[in-house]
Amino acid sequence: MNGESRAERRRRRLVVAVPYLWLALFFLAPFLIVLKLSFAEVVLARPPYTPLIELLDEAGSLYLQVRLNIGNYLLLFSDDLYLRSYLNSLRIALVSTAITLAIGYPMAYAMARAPERARALLLMLVILPFWTSFLIRVYAWIGILKNEGLLNAALTGIGLIDEPLVILNTDWGVYIGIVYSYLPFMVLPLYASLEKMDLTLLEAAADLGSPPWKSFWSVTVPLSLPGILAGCLLVFIPAMGEFVIPDLLGGSETVMIGKTLWAEFFNNRDWPLASAIAVILLLLLVVPIVLFQRQQAARGSEFGK
Amino acid sequence: MSQASPQPRLRLEPWNDPASVPYIRLLEVSKSFAGQTAVDRVTLDIYKGEFFSLLGPSGCGKTTLLRMLAGFEQPERGRIEIDGADMSAVPPYRRPVNMMFQSYALFPHMSVAQNIAFGLKQDGIRKQEIATRVEEMLALVRMEGLGGRRPHQLSGGQRQRVALARALVKRPKLLLLDEPLAALDKRLREHTQFELVSIQERLGITFVIVTHDQEEAMTVSTRMAVMDQGRIRQLGVPAEVYEFPASRFVAEFVGDVNVFEGRVVRSERDGTLIHAPAAGTHVFIDRGHDVAEGAACAVAFRPEKLALALEPPAERAVNVIEGTVFDIGYLGDMSIYHVKAASGAMVRVALANRLRLVERPITWEDRVWISWAPGAGVVLLS
Amino acid sequence: MSARDGLSPFGVTALTLGFAFLYLPIVILVIFSFNESRLVTVWAGFSTRWYVALFQNQQIIDAAMVTLRVALLSSTIATILGTLAGLALARFARFRGRTLFTGMIYAPLVMPEVITGLSLLLLFVSLDWDRGYWTVTLAHATFSMAYVAVIVQSRLVGFDRSLEEAAMDLGAPPLKTFLVVTLPLIAPALLAGWLLAFTLSLDDLVIASFTSGPGATTLPMRIYSQVRLGVTPEINAISTILIAIVAVGVSLATLTQKRQLVRRRREEALARRA
Repeated sequence: MNGESRAERRRRRLVVAVPYLWLALFFLAPFLIVLKLSFAEVVLARPPYTPLIELLDEAGSLYLQVRLNIGNYLLLFSDDLYLRSYLNSLRIALVSTAITLAIGYPMAYAMARAPERARALLLMLVILPFWTSFLIRVYAWIGILKNEGLLNAALTGIGLIDEPLVILNTDWGVYIGIVYSYLPFMVLPLYASLEKMDLTLLEAAADLGSPPWKSFWSVTVPLSLPGILAGCLLVFIPAMGEFVIPDLLGGSETVMIGKTLWAEFFNNRDWPLASAIAVILLLLLVVPIVLFQRQQAARGSEFGK
Repeated sequence: MSQASPQPRLRLEPWNDPASVPYIRLLEVSKSFAGQTAVDRVTLDIYKGEFFSLLGPSGCGKTTLLRMLAGFEQPERGRIEIDGADMSAVPPYRRPVNMMFQSYALFPHMSVAQNIAFGLKQDGIRKQEIATRVEEMLALVRMEGLGGRRPHQLSGGQRQRVALARALVKRPKLLLLDEPLAALDKRLREHTQFELVSIQERLGITFVIVTHDQEEAMTVSTRMAVMDQGRIRQLGVPAEVYEFPASRFVAEFVGDVNVFEGRVVRSERDGTLIHAPAAGTHVFIDRGHDVAEGAACAVAFRPEKLALALEPPAERAVNVIEGTVFDIGYLGDMSIYHVKAASGAMVRVALANRLRLVERPITWEDRVWISWAPGAGVVLLS
Repeated sequence: MSARDGLSPFGVTALTLGFAFLYLPIVILVIFSFNESRLVTVWAGFSTRWYVALFQNQQIIDAAMVTLRVALLSSTIATILGTLAGLALARFARFRGRTLFTGMIYAPLVMPEVITGLSLLLLFVSLDWDRGYWTVTLAHATFSMAYVAVIVQSRLVGFDRSLEEAAMDLGAPPLKTFLVVTLPLIAPALLAGWLLAFTLSLDDLVIASFTSGPGATTLPMRIYSQVRLGVTPEINAISTILIAIVAVGVSLATLTQKRQLVRRRREEALARRA
């Protein structure tokens, strides 16, 4: 071992320790608090919940009392509202992911096969919306989708419909919002995997007698699977917990879990119940999140932004 | 290995002088990565002013050995000394050693002059002197006036010269070169080999070069070590290694060779007779070996040391193979004849094309006799 | 037809429709910010009155200032922490708790914002910290450092280690090597990471809503509360301004990068010929 290795080791430890401690304090610890709070009861106080562990002094004897309230969880599984919220979120996230893939794949494919000079520009065009405010982009759809909005005006104008289509404040509004907001997240990893594909593979397939449509399914799609998986996870996971889109574009009957959590927290001030909702949501997302992490770590993370 | 080299070269040979002190010493140096042995108990002395080559196939441990000399890897066992000083506790930035990297590793955000000045700046040398020495170096590698360029504005050959200048400017005790010419095309590589030798001789700095190209090693080095699986298989001046390979591995790695299995009939002081059915019947080699009769061995012949004729040589029972021409590879300056011996073995014979070749005197399917002098082959015992 | 022929009619259609979908809503939004009428759906002539109204709206201006301050500070913290984290991920193959560390880096990239926001809020309450400017800044720094870490890591993965070895070989100790060789070469990644962290902070509604307190209303929070009351051209105006800033910034960055690349290619070609 050389003489500097001790100083070197100390420096390395510092490089790891600073972000590590930060994340432990501001990312990991908060989850433990959420977990803890999900077993508390709501009270009218500041903070509005009961402590789990209390030191009681009763008749001169000291008691350490631990009270775990599982009522929040029982409520989640008994009250129709929460169950519906979870199932609705799952359905909406799945359907939107499928639609996003259906729209994103042809785009990514066309970009990857575009002349090389055009690719940088196309890539920039995909990334640009992603830098502009999410809230603004969702807001932009309100004016379009309203009953008296631009879409209906245009459709009635050309005589395609007589009655205005009701899209805003329905599930359709939410689908459109999610697909629109998350399309770049789908296109980018798809493009990355399609672009680096060796085109001679397709020529080899053709040479061996495979017609183009067959080569597409037997060569291109399997090779782009990592991109498909990454893109779907990047859309599905955030869509599950989405709040802004169902709140602004969905109706009162479009219950999604992010919206329900928000309402419990801000409107009903039931922090313990909101925590329980978060815990269950996180459990639902554990599998896709771990899948996502595995893939990122395995690829040495070539997918930046 | 201890056989006297057949042809003393016209330069100092400190390795043959028991009084001379080695400049770089490796003693029983070993290193492994994740359980895989990379360097295995290597002991090696290199003398001041040498141009020493580490030659071997990829993965043989030559680069690891070089990186241990530079200080990027630490030996697990053994020790490394440079000019009498133990290097084990010395980090790379305090070693009197500089390295020229295979990728050149020129700093892309600095100009050529800044790249060359980098090492001097670390030593806190005055600006004025840095400027003079950078100019000297640019002149040495024939890059005058290009100091302001960035690395990406240079051709491959120019980058290689900047990397050399940057490594030389600190006048290290030892310069390490990791496949320095691998990225150049063949013609430029050959030219640069001679340039490297001339710079080395002018500056008198000790060079250690790692290469997998045996021609390069033979062209530039005073001595070379052929490595395989972490060990040095043979150490010697290039001619010695080529003409007297110590093992089948070295014979096959350095140059082209025909090898035949056989058994020793008898070995005396001035010659060895071997029974090798694949190579005619008997082979006589003009060197004695200390082996028992009947011991298994191999005989090796370089293709250019064999003669080919359409008539059998007069009255010879040894050192002759009869066969038919199976294939001819025309290389321009010479042709390689693949002769199928009566025993079924395939023998390669290289013949220089001294005349313009329109009609070959010897051609496909011809019946031919291969013969050679007793001094043409070597006996391989391992 | 071979795969190398470039765009097929199908490809052109896919791209045209796709980009129309992505850009039409934004274009409409921008157009109606110049509408004379209060209605965002009926064109009543060109006007800049909503921009004038915007600059007289003290609440919006205050919110914009808060957002700017939060974004500047949080993205700087995120860049420092994210660089260290990216360094650790790319360079230290093994250390205690690496699995947990990687998990904590990648999870925020996909974590639903409601969960991040709620959990951070509960932390601040447990620590009895007053919610406001500082808590939003900390929250933003935490979730955007993951993005910086990923960008820096991917840059370092493609980094030629022999450059650092060369610096050390020439006499530069490790810390100096990092400062004069590594850092300048990964600087573009740091800048990209900072910009991304900055826009993420500028954009965020959900996490800010949880972690902010009185007196620290950010611009997205202000916009959101106005949007809930109904669509107004004033929101279109502020949106247009934000979009313009981002569009100009991103196009400028892309163009400079592209021009540098073109120049570099040309110089390389020249050098090869010489």
